[in-house]
Amino acid sequence: MEPLHQPAIVSARNLTLGYGSAEVLRNVSFDIYPGEIFVVMGGSGCGKSTLLKHLIGLMKPLSGSIYYSGRDFFTAQPEERQSLQRKFGVLYQGGALWSSLNLLENVSLPMEEFTNLSAREIKSLARYKLALVGLSGFDDFYPSELSGGMRKRAALARAMALDPDILFFDEPSAGLDPVTSRRLDDLILELREGLGSTIVLVTHELESIFAIGTRAIFLDGTSKSLIATGAPRELLANSADLRVTQFLRRKA
Amino acid sequence: MSITLPAFQIEEADQNKGLVLHIRGTWSAAFGIPPLDAVRTVMADFKGPRVLFVESAALGSWGSPLAAFLFEVERLSEKFGFTLNNEGIPPSLQRLLNLARAVPQRELVDEVPLARSLVYKLGTFSISIAADIMSFLTFVGEVALSLGRFIRGARPFRARDFWLVLQECGAEALPIVTLISFLVGLTMAFVGSIQLSAFGASIYVANLVGLVMVREMGATMAGIILCGRTGAAFASQIGSMKVSEEIDALRTLGISPIDYIVLPRLLALFLMMPLLCLYADFIGILGGLSVSMWMLDLSLVQYVLQTQKAITLAGFSTGIIKSTVFGALVALTGCLRGMQCGSNAAAIGASATSAVVTGITSIVVADAIFAVIFHVLDI
Repeated sequence: MEPLHQPAIVSARNLTLGYGSAEVLRNVSFDIYPGEIFVVMGGSGCGKSTLLKHLIGLMKPLSGSIYYSGRDFFTAQPEERQSLQRKFGVLYQGGALWSSLNLLENVSLPMEEFTNLSAREIKSLARYKLALVGLSGFDDFYPSELSGGMRKRAALARAMALDPDILFFDEPSAGLDPVTSRRLDDLILELREGLGSTIVLVTHELESIFAIGTRAIFLDGTSKSLIATGAPRELLANSADLRVTQFLRRKA
Repeated sequence: MSITLPAFQIEEADQNKGLVLHIRGTWSAAFGIPPLDAVRTVMADFKGPRVLFVESAALGSWGSPLAAFLFEVERLSEKFGFTLNNEGIPPSLQRLLNLARAVPQRELVDEVPLARSLVYKLGTFSISIAADIMSFLTFVGEVALSLGRFIRGARPFRARDFWLVLQECGAEALPIVTLISFLVGLTMAFVGSIQLSAFGASIYVANLVGLVMVREMGATMAGIILCGRTGAAFASQIGSMKVSEEIDALRTLGISPIDYIVLPRLLALFLMMPLLCLYADFIGILGGLSVSMWMLDLSLVQYVLQTQKAITLAGFSTGIIKSTVFGALVALTGCLRGMQCGSNAAAIGASATSAVVTGITSIVVADAIFAVIFHVLDI
C-alpha cells in the first residue's frame, strides 16, 4: 500500500480534546489515507475512546479541527455534516445493536432512512451484508439471542449498511475469545480488500495491531499527547521511546 | 465509461456449454437492484448443462448492490442445481462473494403457525393468568420474608437508598399532589354547589368536599399520582438494572435483590403515602373552601366549623389506612414489574406501562374491598 500519493481522507490538526475544562489530549495532529488500516493505540485511559468520539462527530473538540476529504467537519453546516457522517460506519464496543429490532431490521434501518431503495432491494442488500459477516439465515434473531461474537459481527454488518468510505472500530476484539477475535481480524482484512474502505481501529490488542494495522499512532495518557506515529512493526523495531516499546513488547 | 443503468441479460452460452449471465452498467445504491425474475424463468426452463457463467465485460463502477444481486443469483443457481462460474468478474467482487459464501446459511426452520382453537387460546390465557398470580404471590412472599429479616435486624438495611426514595416519592411529589387535589376539591365544590344551592343548602358543600376528600379522594388521588410517578420509575429503574445484569450481580454476591432494592422502596412508600394522603385531604378541602368563599359567600369560619362537624376521626382514619395499603401496592407492583422485565429496551417501556396499569387496577380493587369492609364494620 502506498498511501502517501493520495490526499488524506481524514486530517486532524492541533486537536485538543477533553470534557469541559479537563483536557484529555493536547495538540494532536495526524492524517489517515484512503485504504489504510489505521490503528489508534495506547494504554487504558490515554484518550483513545475520546479521540474516536471526536472523529465520528459525537463530541466537539476544545480546539483544533478535523477535516474529512478536505472539508472541516465542525464548521460545516448541519446538512453537510450529516452527509459527511453518512460516509462513516461505526462499530461500537458493545455492538450497540437496537435491541427491539431483529438483525435484518437492524441492518435495514440505515438504508431505509438514507436511500431510496425499495423494500425488496433493501432486504436483498441486508441479507447479503449479513452473509458477508457469516450470519446468513439469522435474519429474524434479536440481539439478545446471539453470542457476543455474533453480536459484534451483526454490528459490523450494520456499520457497513451504507457502504461507508471509513469504518471506525472501537475495541473490536474486546470480550471475544482469541479465535473469534482472530476471525474478526481476518474479516476486517477481507472486507477491506473487497470493499476498499479505510479502516480506523481503536484498540490495545497487540495481536490485532500487528496482524492487520498498516499504520498506527500511539497516545500517552500521562503527557496527554501523541508520542509516536508509524507502522506497528517499525515502531516495535525502531522506536526510541520507552513507553512505546514497553507497550508493544508487553513489558511492565 | 458513461453512466448507464444497471442491467443484465441471461442467455444460452456458445457451444452449448450452459447459460451465461451478462452484467452491464453502473451498479450503485442510487440505481437500485434489478429484479431477478428473468434469471429464475430462464433457469427453470433451461434443459442444457447446469453451468452458469457470469460475464462482466461491459460493467461500469459497482458496489454492494451488484454483490447482493450476485449473491441472490448464487442462491438461485444452487436451487436449480447450477454450478456458478465466476471467472469473468472482477477479482475483488469474487472475493466478496467468497466471503459471503464462507459460512453456510443457517438452516431456516419454517415455523408454520398452527390454527389454534378458541379452547386452546382460552386455556393458554388462563394458564398465563394463573402464572401471573403465582409470581405475584411468590413476590409478596419473598418481600414478607425480607420484611421479617429487616424487623429482626438480621440484614443490614440500605438506609442511603431509603432516604433517597423517601425524598423522591415524598417531597418531590408535593407540587403535583397539590395541583391535582386542589383541582379535585375545587371541582367537587363547584359541581356540588350548583345542586345544593337549589335547596338553599349550600353550606353542605363543606360536608360534601370534606367527607369525600377524607374518605375517598385524598387516598385514591395520592395513590394514582404516585403510581404514575413513582411506580413507573421503580419499574423502569429496576428493569434497566435487570437488562444490564446488575440484579444478577447482586444475586451472585449473595445479596437478595428484594432486601437491597425492593425493601427500601416499599418502606419509603409505606411511610410517605399516609403523609401525602393527609396533605391531599387538606389541599382538597382548601380547594372546596376557595369556591365556597368566592361563589357562595360563605365565611371562612362557617366553612371550617361545618367541615369539622362533618369529618369524624373514624372517617378520617379510613382514608389514612387505605392510603397506607395503596402505598404498599404501588411499591409492590412497580418493583414486581421491574423484576419481571425482559432483556431489551422495549421491555423496559413495557414493564413501566404494566406497572402503572397493574398499580391503578389494584388500587381500585383494594378501594372497593375497603368500601365493603368499612360498610360491614359500620365506620
